[in-house]
Amino acid sequence: MSALLEVEQLEVGFGSRTSAVRGTSLTVERGETHCLVGESGCGKSVTALAVMNLLARGGHRRARRLSFQGEDLLGLNDRGMARLRGNAMAMIFQEPMTSLNPAYTVGSQMTEVLRRHKGTSQRVATDRAADLLARVGITAPGLRLGQFPHQLSGGLRQRVMIAMALMCEPQLLIADEPTTALDVTVQAQILRLLAELQRDLGLGMLLITHDLGIVARVATRVSVMYAGEVVESAATAQLFAAPKHPYTQGLLRCVPVPGKQRQDEPLGSIPGTVPRIGPGFEGCAFRERCSFADATCAHAIPRKTASPGHDYLCRLPA
Amino acid sequence: MPTCRRNSSGIAFILTRLSGDLATSIASPNATQADIETIRKAYGLDRPVITQFFDWVGRALTGDLGNSYFFQTRVSTLIAERMPVTLTLGVTGLLIALCVSIPLGILAAVREGTGFDRTVQMVALLGQAMPSFWLGLLLMITFGLQLGWLPISGTGSWENFVMPGVVLAFSAIPALTRLTRAGMIQAMGSDYIRTARAKGLSRASILLKHALRNAAIPVVAIAAVQLGFMLGGSIVIEQVFALHGVGFLAWESIAKNDFPVVQAVVLVLAVIYVALTMVADLMNAVLDPRLRV
Repeated sequence: MSALLEVEQLEVGFGSRTSAVRGTSLTVERGETHCLVGESGCGKSVTALAVMNLLARGGHRRARRLSFQGEDLLGLNDRGMARLRGNAMAMIFQEPMTSLNPAYTVGSQMTEVLRRHKGTSQRVATDRAADLLARVGITAPGLRLGQFPHQLSGGLRQRVMIAMALMCEPQLLIADEPTTALDVTVQAQILRLLAELQRDLGLGMLLITHDLGIVARVATRVSVMYAGEVVESAATAQLFAAPKHPYTQGLLRCVPVPGKQRQDEPLGSIPGTVPRIGPGFEGCAFRERCSFADATCAHAIPRKTASPGHDYLCRLPA
Repeated sequence: MPTCRRNSSGIAFILTRLSGDLATSIASPNATQADIETIRKAYGLDRPVITQFFDWVGRALTGDLGNSYFFQTRVSTLIAERMPVTLTLGVTGLLIALCVSIPLGILAAVREGTGFDRTVQMVALLGQAMPSFWLGLLLMITFGLQLGWLPISGTGSWENFVMPGVVLAFSAIPALTRLTRAGMIQAMGSDYIRTARAKGLSRASILLKHALRNAAIPVVAIAAVQLGFMLGGSIVIEQVFALHGVGFLAWESIAKNDFPVVQAVVLVLAVIYVALTMVADLMNAVLDPRLRV
């Protein structure tokens, strides 16, 4: 049986000069949470948008393989893709404040998904919307259905987005930094909710984040992205226990661990910034910021396997 | 807005009194000096202008717009008779303008940056630069005289309103098209449209339900203001097409120095303009739930 989502050698460019994603590969299995981590601008969101074929104007994607439940997504036209989106694969975004249409009620925006994909009556759709609002922890769902987005707080809006994504019982949920715009207490609630839903509904989830604390709590598997490439991918425990790529190691040093961190010891940081990568770039994109770098890093780097299911992109030995 | 109304009617009041001795022009050409003095007294024109103004305002507030010197009837009756023609013309013009500019604006936005988009923008610019009486005459020559499709003057049937409606619409189309285009481009780039696409909605639903609803908000406000302009601008068009509306009445009355009628027309058009602006605000509240209390 094929994996839920398979991405192989995905490349995304905007115009002819910038390549935002350079040969990303990842797999999401049914019922697992795959976390995609990395700093801002490394291509996490673009990868997700490319999978959904939601790239902004001027963006173009190419891949060796892009399949969902064994179905080739690259061969689908707009209509075929629209049939899957919101239906079998759903997505929630980073900006709950602006992701809902200000002109329509919560109920109208939620029910139209079900009516579009399943052709149900308005009544059935409204019942389902109310059930799901209750399921994501919104009290008085009947009241909320009649309200407009501006009448809800950011946390409520993100819950509405999540409930809306679940309307058609998707197999895959792509969540692009769903908690970044929310305050810390709400973040925890939303994450707990997502983890719960993922477990109860057996969702495959691709969770994009730059927060390693979130990764440690919810991920089954982690892929670390840097400058448009997945530089390391492993099961969560393995990655935290034995990171292989210097970038992953650097990221982990940046996270304070209560009890382990000494008061006088400064928190780690990675010097420099992500380089701008154009077409024809060779070698390791991290080499200018890496303390292990030498002349060989300017040449093509082979992908190595540290252990089964744990691979990384660095010249250093496992 | 009340200021605009007060100002415009105030200006009309003063201008009518600057255009020569009213008593002389009302009297017949061979009237004696004594006759003119009698008229001056009868119409109250011997009093200071400021007294005349407040007297007029006071009566206008109670709905009495005075009597026409020329038609020998109440001004309010005259305007009520002529208003349907002007309103029909204005609404026709606005409907034509909306039917052209909204689809054009949407198409230009969808094909942003293409030759089609640029052509629409150019045509819109030309439309704005073209004087309406000239366009009116061109249409009359082509469709009225050469092709004989449409009547060139009169108020008899709906056909009489087609050409003047098109001419009026032309003045509103550029602004409405560009506003629709800008609103659609902004909406299509927004997060909620990305959400709508992520929901797998049809292209028609994304464009016409989700984007247009938000893009239409400023368009509605401007459309109402444009209707106000059209009603005012109909003075020229009604003259060109000999439509006997309020604009035509104003034109006749200016020529005959029938100043109570001129003042009243300006006042009524100004009041309608203010009312339309208010309607626009109410319509915005209907379209944009964030504006509702």
